[in-house]
Amino acid sequence: MQKVTAKTLSGKAASLLNAGEVKYVLGWKKGEFDYDITPALFESAEELEKDFVWNDFSCANLSKYLIKYTRSLSGKILVFLKPCDTFSFNQLLTEHRIDRQKVYAVGVPCSGMADEKKIRENADGITAISETEEGYLVHTLYSDAPAFISKEEALLEKCLSCKGWAHIALDEQIEGEVFAPSADRFDQVKALENMTPDERYHFWQNELSRCIRCNACRDVCPACTCEKCVFDNPNSGVENKAAANSFEEKMFHIIRAFHVAGRCTDCGECSRVCPQKIPLHLLNRKFINDIDSFYGEYQAGLDEGSRAPLVDYDTGDLEPSQVFDWRDGQNA
Amino acid sequence: MPVNGYKPLIVAFCCNWCSYAGADLAGNNRLNYPADVKIIRVPCSCRVNPMFVLRAFQRGADGVIICGCHPGDCHYTSGNYFTRRRMALLFSMLDYLGIERERTRVEWVSAAEGAKFAATMNDFAETVASLGENKRLEDLRCKK
Amino acid sequence: MQRIGVFVCWCGSNIAGTVDVHAVAEALKTEPGVVFSTDYQYMCSQAGQNIIKDAIRDYRLTGVVVCSCSPRMHEVTFRKTASQAGLNPYMVEIANIREQCSWVHKDVPTGTEKAIILGRAAVAKVNLNAPLTPGESLVIKRALVIGGGIAGIQTALDIADAGFPVDIVEKQPTIGGKMAQLDKTFPTLDCAACILTPKMVDAAQNENIRILSYSEVEKVGGFVGNFEVTIRKKARYVKEDICTGCGACVEKCPMKKVPNEFNLGMDNRRAVYIPFAQAVPKVATIDPNYCNMLKNGKCGLCARVCTAGAIDYTQKDELITEKYGAIVVATGYNPISLDKFDEFAYNQSKDVISSLEFERLTNAAGPTAGKLVRPSDGKHPHTIVFVQCVGSRCDACAEKGKEYCSKICCMYTAKHAMLTRDKYPDTEVYVFYIDVRTPGKNFDEFYRRAVEEYGVHYVKGMVGKVSPEGDTLKVQASDLISGKQLHIDADLVVLAAAIEPDASARPLATMLTASMDTNDFFTEAHPKLRPVESPTAGVFLSGACQGPKDIPETVSQAGAAASKVIGLLVKDKLTTNPCVAQSNELMCNGCSSCELVCPYGAITYIDKEFRMPDRSIQIRRVAQVNPAVCQGCGACTVACPSGAMDLNGFKSEQIIAEVDAICR
Repeated sequence: MQKVTAKTLSGKAASLLNAGEVKYVLGWKKGEFDYDITPALFESAEELEKDFVWNDFSCANLSKYLIKYTRSLSGKILVFLKPCDTFSFNQLLTEHRIDRQKVYAVGVPCSGMADEKKIRENADGITAISETEEGYLVHTLYSDAPAFISKEEALLEKCLSCKGWAHIALDEQIEGEVFAPSADRFDQVKALENMTPDERYHFWQNELSRCIRCNACRDVCPACTCEKCVFDNPNSGVENKAAANSFEEKMFHIIRAFHVAGRCTDCGECSRVCPQKIPLHLLNRKFINDIDSFYGEYQAGLDEGSRAPLVDYDTGDLEPSQVFDWRDGQNA
Repeated sequence: MPVNGYKPLIVAFCCNWCSYAGADLAGNNRLNYPADVKIIRVPCSCRVNPMFVLRAFQRGADGVIICGCHPGDCHYTSGNYFTRRRMALLFSMLDYLGIERERTRVEWVSAAEGAKFAATMNDFAETVASLGENKRLEDLRCKK
Repeated sequence: MQRIGVFVCWCGSNIAGTVDVHAVAEALKTEPGVVFSTDYQYMCSQAGQNIIKDAIRDYRLTGVVVCSCSPRMHEVTFRKTASQAGLNPYMVEIANIREQCSWVHKDVPTGTEKAIILGRAAVAKVNLNAPLTPGESLVIKRALVIGGGIAGIQTALDIADAGFPVDIVEKQPTIGGKMAQLDKTFPTLDCAACILTPKMVDAAQNENIRILSYSEVEKVGGFVGNFEVTIRKKARYVKEDICTGCGACVEKCPMKKVPNEFNLGMDNRRAVYIPFAQAVPKVATIDPNYCNMLKNGKCGLCARVCTAGAIDYTQKDELITEKYGAIVVATGYNPISLDKFDEFAYNQSKDVISSLEFERLTNAAGPTAGKLVRPSDGKHPHTIVFVQCVGSRCDACAEKGKEYCSKICCMYTAKHAMLTRDKYPDTEVYVFYIDVRTPGKNFDEFYRRAVEEYGVHYVKGMVGKVSPEGDTLKVQASDLISGKQLHIDADLVVLAAAIEPDASARPLATMLTASMDTNDFFTEAHPKLRPVESPTAGVFLSGACQGPKDIPETVSQAGAAASKVIGLLVKDKLTTNPCVAQSNELMCNGCSSCELVCPYGAITYIDKEFRMPDRSIQIRRVAQVNPAVCQGCGACTVACPSGAMDLNGFKSEQIIAEVDAICR
């Protein structure tokens, strides 16, 4: 359960709408199910009153939608950003993708988000989910008594290693407690690095072979904002909408991760939306970990206007031939 | 250079100003290296997109090597510094996915280093040949 | 679909010896787009080129593949051929089946198979080639010479004589450089000042030459024909146009204890100074590190005595921005620091000096008015030891010396030894050497005169140690020819220090995007065939910034650089390389990645209107490439995530087609 209530947020938005400070509000509303909270655009206090949702399922990072809306709408747009979303927002500003003048950014303290997939693993036929202080009561078609899942059990992968930093570059911030980080986000990357090549190969073959090339990871990614994606461009040489074989998925995922390397804020949206539960964030985190250890720590979106590591260099950089020995030495 | 009878297919991207000229010098000096190595000329090593490397693997290459000017000597001042970062990350990722790290290489070869070019290609071809066919990354549809 | 002609060259037996050229021509006939394929003994010959021209006409070819030697050899030739037959020259691709095939492979089947694959890749590329047209850019008819030593002066004079305006930027208050510090010059022994100062005056009086002394290059932008350079004119606190160089201020300046850099610190100058009598411009400069007025506002004597009213304590650095068509680098050299050479006691004894210090000690305008005395006690030295190769040709001691030969030391040491013996016959002069290198006109004769006529003791061997003991310097050395250890009690030891590029050269190279070797000497475009051009178009090299050189060599290189500059400046327009990056604005994200990796600043952004499917208008920031600035490296094409940036002549789809053709 979030410490800040939906009422606080929608009230804030409604007063700004009514005062004419903003013309639109980018927030969340309920989709088909209780766990299916989706991004939504509100134009009036009435709409907010009726549909606005802010709870543990308001996971969606709204920053990417600003590219579309700042271009197509005239008038200021209020956007709610969780601390981790602000990194994406800043990165998009750095890349000149958002017209800052048209955005009124409001920071929302976050108490950690729930992973609907983890909940659904334990419950079929969910009819409703209600939040309690400690977790979630899941009502299903098949049982009168709701099942209980604790907040910790259902916590979203990315929240396990929450960046936990304060909001940055906002117009306004709503006060409240911020979720504290716990796990090291590179644990799994290091575990994979310590496997044998065969083990790694089989791990990824197992994961990536499930890919159905639905492009959800790409479409949700706030770094994947190309006007035309290379994978949709017949002249790029890599266009291929369907997975023809195991290599196609590797190609897609390697190139996708490479294209966002140094720009990925590790927001975790790719893994969250993957219907096949592929841990795609492990590819991005691999690049982040490599960048941090080869070229010095870098957090995309932390400083607006900072130079991404792949458009930068140092004359003393590690040689490609040295990276394996160097990293094996670090991990040993 | 067949090792255990296997003849690898190797794609070498060479920058026009240093490594391609180095390869020419190897030719001028009649320094042998295996015919398995096929050179593609690019203006600078920084023109090599990771997509080209993956494409070669997808189409059945057994090894890909990128050659450029020595760091600091780039004809375009900084191109090879970008190459160095890009390829360090790409190769690290391929390794992370379980692909043999010996199949990829970056080597700096100047226009004066014909002998280094030939030696590098001999060594790389032998290494790749000993790994055998590139099963992990090849695209079966595209293979003969 | 293209209509491609394939032309396989035998290159006599160079290719045909290892490659079955007929088989290659036959095999490539079946490649997509190929309508004609043939082979011939020498494609580059007139007859061979005619075969290509005829085929272009007869078969209405739209593309040409020549399987021959390296494109670095004959790409230009075959492009011209195609152009003469009316085909766009950029529709020609070369498959390198000589240097990268027939010459490196032994047997015919292997060579033939590879030649076919290389030809196939070239055909695949040509299928995606598009005609390209070189652009044009204007040439600014003004040159910049960086460095005002003999190299820079000579280059500037030669360019100015051809009628083009030249600016000389010199960081010191005067032009003249190292040569102004020298006494006599080998092998003719004319006085350096007598031959240099008239040239300095010529430069000052030439109406095409502007001398920006006490100035440094701050920023370089642009490209060949159109450089934009920002120059920092440092505040000298003296109005240059008013100062008459009378020297009254210098005489009155109470700050007398400023080490005189012109005499390498062997005497003192004032805080306001004119480096030497023949300085150009002959204008005083106030040293802000020593001037009391500038440091704490107490003094102002010079302003009071200056009848011209030239002193201006409030003067600020001035930034000048100027456009140039060509830039000549003439930043010269410096002797290396001898601080690390403890074995020669350079820091322990005043009587161990460098050759340049010796040069000042024997110069009539030097601190001793040309009288050779020991710096420590002013006594006449009787035994003088010259040590050659101090820091040159070092291998083990690379961290304190240089691996290369400094080239000028053998000759100037012979000069020093000879002049000493000539003027002071009572002296014993020893020269310790590894080798004596005298390749130059009248050089060896000069050296032999030093030995034979002047009785200089040349000893092959290195000095191991110099230890100051009381008044004398104990020199311990080995004589390699007699195999003996020598012990000499010397009064003066002169070290022939290695020379190195000026420290300003490295940052300058970065600004100019000109390349340097590991020793920080500028690299020439070709060591034999283009020795005065840097690989960066429009940047030329003059003098010791390119490598150690003596004066005659420097002057001839300076003239050569000038002639290259003149050759560039007489043109009104330059054709630009059409193989440049191009941005597809429909796909561009405007994210700046390309701009950040571009070493030339060729990419800028512009807001453009796009009509969307719903007929709304959206404004997006998109990249634009200045084709005159872009050099075609392609760094941007990979930095661009959407693939909106592509490189003409090396398009992504062309390279992928080559990859596919090779991997087929």
